[in-house]
Amino acid sequence: MIVGERKPLGDILDMIKDYKKVLVVGCKGCVTVCNVGGEKEVGILASSIRISRKKDGNEITVDERTLERQCDPEYVDQLKDIVSDYDAMVSIACGVGPQFLAERYPDAAVYPGINTQFMGGALEHGVWAERCQGCGACLVHNFGGHCPIARCSKSLLHGPCGGSSGGKCEISKDVDCVWHLIVEKLAKQGKMDSLRKLVPTKNWSTSRDGGPRKVVREDLKL
Amino acid sequence: MKAGSNLEKVLTAGIFAITGECGPPRGANAEVVREKAKFLKGNVDSVNVTDNQTAVVRMSSLGASLILIQEGVEPNLQMTARDRNRIAVQSDILGAYALGIRNMLCLSGDHQKFGDHPEAKNVFDLDSMQLIQTVKKMRDEGTLINGHKLDGAPKMFIGCAANPFADPFEFRVYRLANKIDAGADFVQTQCIYNLERFRKWVDQANDMGLLENVFLMGGVTPMKSVGMAKYMKNSVPGMDVPDEIIKRLQGVPKGDQAKEGIKIAVETIHQLREMKGIAGVHLMAIEWEERVPEIVEMAGMLPRPVL
Ligand code: SF4
Ligand code: SF4
Repeated sequence: MIVGERKPLGDILDMIKDYKKVLVVGCKGCVTVCNVGGEKEVGILASSIRISRKKDGNEITVDERTLERQCDPEYVDQLKDIVSDYDAMVSIACGVGPQFLAERYPDAAVYPGINTQFMGGALEHGVWAERCQGCGACLVHNFGGHCPIARCSKSLLHGPCGGSSGGKCEISKDVDCVWHLIVEKLAKQGKMDSLRKLVPTKNWSTSRDGGPRKVVREDLKL
Repeated sequence: MKAGSNLEKVLTAGIFAITGECGPPRGANAEVVREKAKFLKGNVDSVNVTDNQTAVVRMSSLGASLILIQEGVEPNLQMTARDRNRIAVQSDILGAYALGIRNMLCLSGDHQKFGDHPEAKNVFDLDSMQLIQTVKKMRDEGTLINGHKLDGAPKMFIGCAANPFADPFEFRVYRLANKIDAGADFVQTQCIYNLERFRKWVDQANDMGLLENVFLMGGVTPMKSVGMAKYMKNSVPGMDVPDEIIKRLQGVPKGDQAKEGIKIAVETIHQLREMKGIAGVHLMAIEWEERVPEIVEMAGMLPRPVL
């Protein structure tokens, strides 16, 4: 899933300080699963805004809406009759959400309420970790099922570097050295040989480096 | 001869070699480099010039290397993959060779997180292994990564780093083997304080026959003080400083710690000299170049050969 973190309330209040009527828009996709932008969080953010503004003697109307997804025009469309009732919208979907809202409603003021972080998964309740950088040419099968692109701080294809220490990455004792995990796993499987070959330079053009990407599926087009 | 550098000549002649290190200044002051060159000239066979080491911005390795050449000191240009993509890497190699550089040390580079610009984008288009392969391809095949034929191949003597003290230990010798396969001609190791672990790693390398195909130089950094030793032990990832070293430094009066540090370094050099498969030492007297002449003298390595 795409994992995000809510922006500090102060930042959000600052963004909307000139408005009197705002719509907070959530999303039932990834951000619901990572507890940052679903129906519940929409409610929490909306009431936090109301309370703060009331305390400041500058009351505001905040309405709540949570769409099935904000990354599909079909659902974004559902706001069409109400958008003009608001001074602004705060989207707490991933970064795709505010963009789709702004594209669909060119006259609306749209603000991002979360900081989108990464593609990853839950390690335990309340802890998420990065797993994929969307390089466009997946090669995790060569590395014991671990991604060195997203999880090695230097995206090394030949690790572990000289900074790997006690299973941790040189950048922090809180970051696992994924190359340590790769070596450990392949050693256990008796496949260390596969780490004795040189990996060719990676073709990064399938990644963001090749420019903004688009996936076209002719078979699905109407 | 692959490149014909002084370092290559000394190593190929079977003479126990010594390389020094010069960290360029945090500014454009060429005098700093010239001053350091004075202490290194004639005392070492070649001098590594660091490339924004620890990700702190300094005068470029190429710039400082050129100043060394002007001063009559042979540079060993360090290049990291951290800050340049394959376009810049290859272009810098061509420029460096055209300007007279004949040795290169290929590194991944320290992550920028602890440098002076932690907000920088990191590049790592290639890693150290691929950087070595790139230099080799340019030198031996006379082409770029993409196969484009070069008008003038950069004949570099190719170096790489190895850290036997990083984890996981069992894998370290395989990583060395990969670097040799990639095309490394010589290897300089991380600073050695734990000789026992180093010896174990060298034994493994000898058992695999690796050291017949590469010149291995052991890294030595003299400690200036107990404070430095503790810092290296606790704060530098992949550095192994045993307690005995710290105790030994603590055992002498504060004013004598530097002398003791140099003594330890000289002893290490002697030990390395005795080890099978070790072709030389890489002396990294960090911001302490003025002590290089006496260390090399004490190690019995003067005068340096003129080949
Ligand atoms: S190899 Fe590429 S696609 Fe696969 S997990 Fe890593 S970044 Fe994602
Ligand atoms: S310590 Fe491990 S994860 Fe960190 S940069 Fe080095 S190889 Fe990558």
